[in-house]
Amino acid sequence: MSLHTGTLAALVHRLSGILLALFLPVHFYAIGTTLESAAAFDALLAWTQYPLIKFGEWGIVLLLAAHLGGGLRVLALEFLPWRDWQKSLAAAAAALALAVGLAFALAL
Amino acid sequence: MNVKAQAVLWVAQRASAAVLALCVTVHLATMVYAIRGGLSAAEILSRTRGSVGWLVFYTVFVLAVTVHAPIGLRAVLEEWFGWRGTARDVLLVGLTLLLAVLGMRAVLGVFL
Amino acid sequence: MQVRVWRGKADGAFQAFEVPRHASQTVLDAVTHIQRVLDPTLAYRFACRVGMCGSCAMTVNGVPRWTCRTHVDKVVKNDRMELAPLRNLPVIRDLVTDMSGFFDKWAKAKGRFSGSRTRNDDFQKIEPDSSGRIAVDAGIECIGCAVCYSACDVVAARPDYLGPAALNRAWTLVQDERDTRTLERLRAVAGDAGCHSCHTHMSCTERCPKGISPTAGIAGLKRKVSLALLRNTL
Repeated sequence: MSLHTGTLAALVHRLSGILLALFLPVHFYAIGTTLESAAAFDALLAWTQYPLIKFGEWGIVLLLAAHLGGGLRVLALEFLPWRDWQKSLAAAAAALALAVGLAFALAL
Repeated sequence: MNVKAQAVLWVAQRASAAVLALCVTVHLATMVYAIRGGLSAAEILSRTRGSVGWLVFYTVFVLAVTVHAPIGLRAVLEEWFGWRGTARDVLLVGLTLLLAVLGMRAVLGVFL
Repeated sequence: MQVRVWRGKADGAFQAFEVPRHASQTVLDAVTHIQRVLDPTLAYRFACRVGMCGSCAMTVNGVPRWTCRTHVDKVVKNDRMELAPLRNLPVIRDLVTDMSGFFDKWAKAKGRFSGSRTRNDDFQKIEPDSSGRIAVDAGIECIGCAVCYSACDVVAARPDYLGPAALNRAWTLVQDERDTRTLERLRAVAGDAGCHSCHTHMSCTERCPKGISPTAGIAGLKRKVSLALLRNTL
């Protein structure tokens, strides 16, 4: 299986999707603790001070941006008129993901 | 599952993807803005408590995700793990319900 | 150079041959040398040897190609080359694959023209610059060489996936206003075994020796099926 542009884009899209799908129940559960009390949620938020957790957060944001970029690429290929710039869509998706990752890193 | 149902799944996947493109953009922008310098429950809740706008937004977001993620995983389970058939689809319906319940619990948690 | 060639069926092994290099040598030249001079028991296919028939398609250093149109200079690495039969097809022997499954999928995708006129009717007039005809022209030159089918990772992952060639042919017929079986064809190409499983890797488009983009046609089929669903005609 040769790894040219489209295969790589699809692989990133799929892997990021799987990881996000695994992360989501955890994310929903954590936020749902606010139903118990704000204090319960704060106890969980206290974890975010650790650098490893911050790195994980940034990683999740990067995965989300990568998945969004890859998804926009697929939607463009499937619904927009066919042109010769299809390969650049993969590059655009990657650029978008990195830009968002950078913005989030700066915010952290 | 017949061919027509499979085609419906595809349409649902793309439609939810379009909705999520908007929701994710808003969510990422909001997080980048809100997380500056740290985050606390009080800060989040002061924005979301009683806000019908955020309630509607996150409900749409959660429902779109519950449609989108299991359909995506369906293809992964078949192509990378060789799992096809009704048992797989039943599991995915279960995952859909789990995401919906946990997701709406989270949405209500920050709204109420 | 050393050329490693697959011998046997699904169970088999690579056998190494020393093949002399020449100027403007194609991979087919190298295979022919092996069979005529070194080992007459090697099985391989070719016909026109000028890039028209697609019979010589095989896997060259991991990539499906027409060997008559591939210069050794372009693919040889460190004086080595590896030849294997096309991926995703059963191996009959050595470099020869069983293409019947590939063509069966064309039939499954309803890849056959069904017109309404007879020899007693006048020709149907099609505008060459109509969007339908432009779409047909972009995909009609397929000669069924199975390079795209070999390149496709979804074919590798799903044994019943119709594949890029069959779907591309179905697309050219869906866009042909003379054809009468569009709905039947849309039903044949929809679903998990059809166009909806294409994940736009675009390996088919990347490798097609005729410059066809099956991905474009498959995207078109996805849109057509969705429209039929919305109109409740599927």
